[in-house]
Formats: sequence, C-alpha cells, structure tokens
Amino acid sequence: MFKRLHDLRTPVSFEFEGETVTAEDGDTVAAALLAHGVRHVRDAVVSGRPRAPYCMIGACFECLVEIDGRPNRQACLTPVRAGMAVRRQSVAGGTPDGGAQ
Amino acid sequence: MNDSTPMHDSRVDLAIIGAGPAGLAAAITASGLGLTVSVLDEGRRPGGQIYRGIEDAPARGEQWMTLLGEDYARGLDLVKRFRASTAQYRPEHSVFDIAPDGGLGILGPDGAHWIEAERVLVATGAMERPVPLPGWTLPGVMGAGAAQTLLKSSALVPGARTVIAGSGPLVYLVARQMQTGGANLVAVLDTTPRANYRRAAPLLARAMLAGNEIRKGLAWRREVKKATPLFRTGVRNVHVEGVDAVEAVSFETGGGRGRVDCELVLLHEGIVPNTQLAMAAEADHDYDELQACWRPRLDAFGRSSAPGILVAGDGGGIAGADLAVEAGHLAALAVAADLERISHAEAVERGAAARAAIERKSALRRFLDTLYRPRDEVLAPSHDDTLVCRCEEVTAGELRQIAAMGCSGPNQAKAFTRCGMGPCQGRMCGLTAAAVLARAGGRSMAEVGHLRIRPPIKPITVGELAALDGVGPPPDAGPLLPTAPDEGTD
Ligand SMILES: Cc1cc2nc3c(=O)[nH]c(=O)nc-3n(C[C@H](O)[C@@H](O)[C@H](O)COP(=O)(O)OP(=O)(O)OC[C@H]3O[C@@H](n4cnc5c(N)ncnc54)[C@H](O)[C@@H]3O)c2cc1C
Ligand code: FES
Repeated sequence: MFKRLHDLRTPVSFEFEGETVTAEDGDTVAAALLAHGVRHVRDAVVSGRPRAPYCMIGACFECLVEIDGRPNRQACLTPVRAGMAVRRQSVAGGTPDGGAQ
Repeated sequence: MNDSTPMHDSRVDLAIIGAGPAGLAAAITASGLGLTVSVLDEGRRPGGQIYRGIEDAPARGEQWMTLLGEDYARGLDLVKRFRASTAQYRPEHSVFDIAPDGGLGILGPDGAHWIEAERVLVATGAMERPVPLPGWTLPGVMGAGAAQTLLKSSALVPGARTVIAGSGPLVYLVARQMQTGGANLVAVLDTTPRANYRRAAPLLARAMLAGNEIRKGLAWRREVKKATPLFRTGVRNVHVEGVDAVEAVSFETGGGRGRVDCELVLLHEGIVPNTQLAMAAEADHDYDELQACWRPRLDAFGRSSAPGILVAGDGGGIAGADLAVEAGHLAALAVAADLERISHAEAVERGAAARAAIERKSALRRFLDTLYRPRDEVLAPSHDDTLVCRCEEVTAGELRQIAAMGCSGPNQAKAFTRCGMGPCQGRMCGLTAAAVLARAGGRSMAEVGHLRIRPPIKPITVGELAALDGVGPPPDAGPLLPTAPDEGTD
C-alpha cells in the first residue's frame, strides 16, 4: 500500500505474527507494517473485523498490538527495535494475563 | 539541553506537554527567562505534527525539502533554538495523568514516573477530525494527515491506487506532497459544501490582506487538479466499499453518483483540538460553533480555568503553526509573571508583538473556518449503520435509539451503549456522539455537553502504575481503562 522513497540505510528486523519484517531504524511499528504491506493490524473487539492504523498520531488506538507479550502498545508511537515480536491484538485489553490497560 | 536523565526534572517551574511549535516556543521563552523547564512528548523527535521528522530531513537531501515545502523547512530553526536552550527534553514520554496540583503522570521507555511542576502548559496540538461515514473502519482508510505523517517520518508514499476525499487546507497540501513524491493519486474528491463558498466570499478580501496563505492554497489546488485523473468538487455522501479492506469509493456530486476503484482512501475534514488533558484537568471548555469543536476557555495568555494549567497552540483552538508559536511565547511569559520572575507589566509588553500577530491573522482564520466548516453529514452521520465509536462499535442508529429513550448526553450514552468506553476514551467518537444526540434531541452541543475525561488517558498496566516512583498522588486501584476485561498485572 505504501512504498519507500529511499532505500533502507539502517535496516532493523523484527517479527510480525512470526514473519520477519525489515524496516528503517526510526520507523514506528505501524509505519514498518504498512510499508511491509500489512493491512490487518488488530481485530475489532465486538465484530472481530480487521482494523488498521487510522490516525498515526496516537489518537485512535486502531494500531493496538502486542509487543513482546505486552498488549495495548500503540504501534504508531512505538519505534521498531531489532528482534521485537509483534502480534495482532485480538482481545479487548489484551491477553487475559497480559495486564489491564 | 539534556535528553531524559531519569528523575533529574522531578520538580520544575514549568512542565510542557508537547514538543510542537507551541511547546517549543514556550520552552525557548521560559528557559530564556531562567525558569526550569521540562518538555515531554510521546514522539521520538521535536517538531509536533507540522514539523514531524524535521531533524532527520536535511540528511534526506534537498529534493526532500522541496517535496515537503518551505513551510516545513522553517521548522528547522525553531527546533535548533529549542535544542540550544536549557530546557530539558523527554522524548517518548506520554503524559497519562494530570493532577490539580501540577503533578503529571508520565510513561516512558523506562516506566512510569510522577513529576511535579509549578505550572503546566498543555501544548498537545490537534488531531484530524474523525470522519464517520460508511466503510471508514476498513483497513485502507486513514486520515490524509496520517498518510502525511508516514511521509514526513518514514518517507513513505502511497503506492496503491489512492483517493483523497475531504475538505480543508491540508487536503491540497497533502495531495501535492504525495504527487511530488510519486504517489498514485487517482482521485481528489473535494467535499467543501458549495454554500460555504457563498458564506465565505464576503470575508475573502480581508483574509487576503492577512497573509499569502490563500494564494498559496489556490496554487496547490491548481497543481493538484492538473495532475489528478478524477477531480470533483461539491462531493457528498462518500461511501467506502470493501469486504476486508478498501475496494472502492462511491460518492455523489451535482451530476449524480460516481465510483472509483482504489485500495487506499485518505479522509480529511479539518482538525480539532486535542482536549484530552485539559479536560482531564477539569478546565472549562466551550463549544465553538464555527470550528465545530470543543475548546478550553483561556485568557489572552493561555491560562485555563484550572489553577496552574495553561494551554497554547492548536490544542486551545485551531489557529495554525505560526500562531501556535506566538501562543507558546505568551504562555511562557504568563508563567514567568505568575512565578514572579518578571512583572505582569513586562509580560504584557513582551507579549505585545505576539498579541498583534494573532490579531492580524484573525480575518484569515474566520475565512478559513467559514469556508471549511464541515457539512452536517460529517458532524452527525445520517446513515444509521455508520460506526460512530470505532472501539466499541456503536452506530449512529444506536445513538439515535437511546436519544429517543431519553439519553441526555455522551456521558449517559456510555452507560447505555459503551460508546466512548474503549481505549481511545472518546477521542474518536466524542464529538460525533454528542452531535448525533444533540441533533436527535433538538438541543445544542452546549446543552448535551462533552464526555468527562478521567485519567489515565493512555494505556498503562497495573504493574507500571505499581512501580511508580517519584512523588505524587497514589493511583486509583480500580480498573485503569474502561475496556479492561480484568485487572491482571504483567
Ligand atoms: C496529522 C496532522 C498533520 C498536520 N500537518 C500539518 C502541516 O503539514 N502543515 C500545517 O500547517 N499544519 C499541519 N497540521 C496542523 C497542526 O495542528 C499545526 O498547526 C501545528 O503542528 C500545531 O502546533 P502545536 O504546537 O499546537 O501542536 P502539535 O504540533 O500537534 O504538537 C503537539 C505535540 O504534543 C504531543 N502530545 C500530544 N498528547 C500528548 C501526551 N498525552 N503526552 C505526551 N505528548 C503528547 C504530540 O506528540 C505532539 O508532538 C497537522 C495536524 C495534524 C493532526
Ligand atoms: S494509528 Fe491511531 S493511535 Fe496509532
């Protein structure tokens, strides 16, 4: 859906749902996923419908993902770090033992 | 200036929330007057929305600066002056709580802290107005400003077939930037109501005298029109179509219905103040009919009705980046005067130029607000199945139903429907829900009121709260955000 205007200068790799995603150092997780062609970032809590980042500035909470086991991370505000494990969030408030939000 | 050293700034004269034009200008002025200042921002770099990514921009080359335009490049100087100041800067820190005594709950990569400040300046800027219409929750729909954020911070441009639908100055700025960057923009659907042109026309001459913004905007529009295969104005009833993601956009003009296949839809109906923290601080807010949003009630220097809390920039009412700088400067002067570092007379004198600049632009503002006032359909969607609350999936129809049952306003609607109880805490649905209820009950926005905002305003775990260091009120033990299914710790 999005293309990069520049070649990667400082590539950083992480995992999304077990798949390797390579991004530019300094990208947010949301930017990295969109650049990688990911369209479905979380499930809506009532209907289970696919959702994706909407505002990119921390307001809509459509980008909530689980990062290294911690739910409710705003992907549009979180910079990528090498080796992080990112998962789609599909339960309201995250996994049962993953903490309230 | 120091990047965050934990706890060095646990007590400061002035805590500034937001490193956009308003916050940066306030930090420069306040630190110049000898105040200890801490600037907190949830972003990685200073600049705010307009100047996002500005520090990394020069390394991307001259072509990059040309693509983003001269208004963007101007942010470099502001950020440099901020970096040269003595203000302390804490990037990647979200403020999740604001206490009446000047305590702030902040959450950063190293956990949660309380800091204390004599005065707090809320400079949290604006967000794009949510645009509730059929299909707006499909993956592939985002704000035009959201796509611009991807451009400025990560040099990403839409590669798929893209449609921009909306109204306001940002539409043509973003469209032009995207086209310069090689995006595949297949259609621009301008939703500015025709009637607005008539209303704004008498205000045009004075607005043109206030600066060159209108000429610049018209030039962008001409360029975009020339470069876009499908260009329509007076567009209504935009629907996004698709099953699991965007497939097409359909719309109406004077000439009937149209449809265009696409994979990405960028919506934009102007921006509204991000009032979350000022509301959490229980500052009084008024509904601004022309800008169709809530804004905190402020004095000429930005003091809110909440003791010790000031607001500057677009978070206090939409006025644009240049006036955000002036407002930030004024707020810093007010704090310096209130803390007796300068006299009130000196604050007035030093603030005179900023006050005059704000006054000079008021004719332009009035013109823009009149021209770009969103149509009713944007404020209170007429299709019953349009989702208003994206988090809890509450539709306009459900809200109309509870209005018929006597629901008096958005706070009561929470109990009826969970509207506004999700993680965004009503940022996305608050204005729309109030407008739908107001319309249905034949009442004004002031009568239905706004959602009460309760901290924490950002997701925080019980574990993070328990580990809070520093001083400050102990956090509530109850559920932290209303969506929490349980209160487990991590
Ligand atoms: C997505 C978007 C793109 C825009 N692009 C342009 C543009 O290209 N040109 C233009 O003229 N205008 C643009 N604007 C309009 C914008 O409002 C500018 O007028 C200007 O950036 C406002 O400056 P400000 O200092 O008031 O706030 P902002 O620049 O919005 O800065 C506010 C800062 O506060 C931070 N913040 C918010 N809440 C918290 C919190 N709880 N904790 C910590 N930090 C927080 C944010 O991270 C942000 O950096 C844009 C607006 C948006 C929403
Ligand atoms: S995309 Fe809106 S909060 Fe992250």
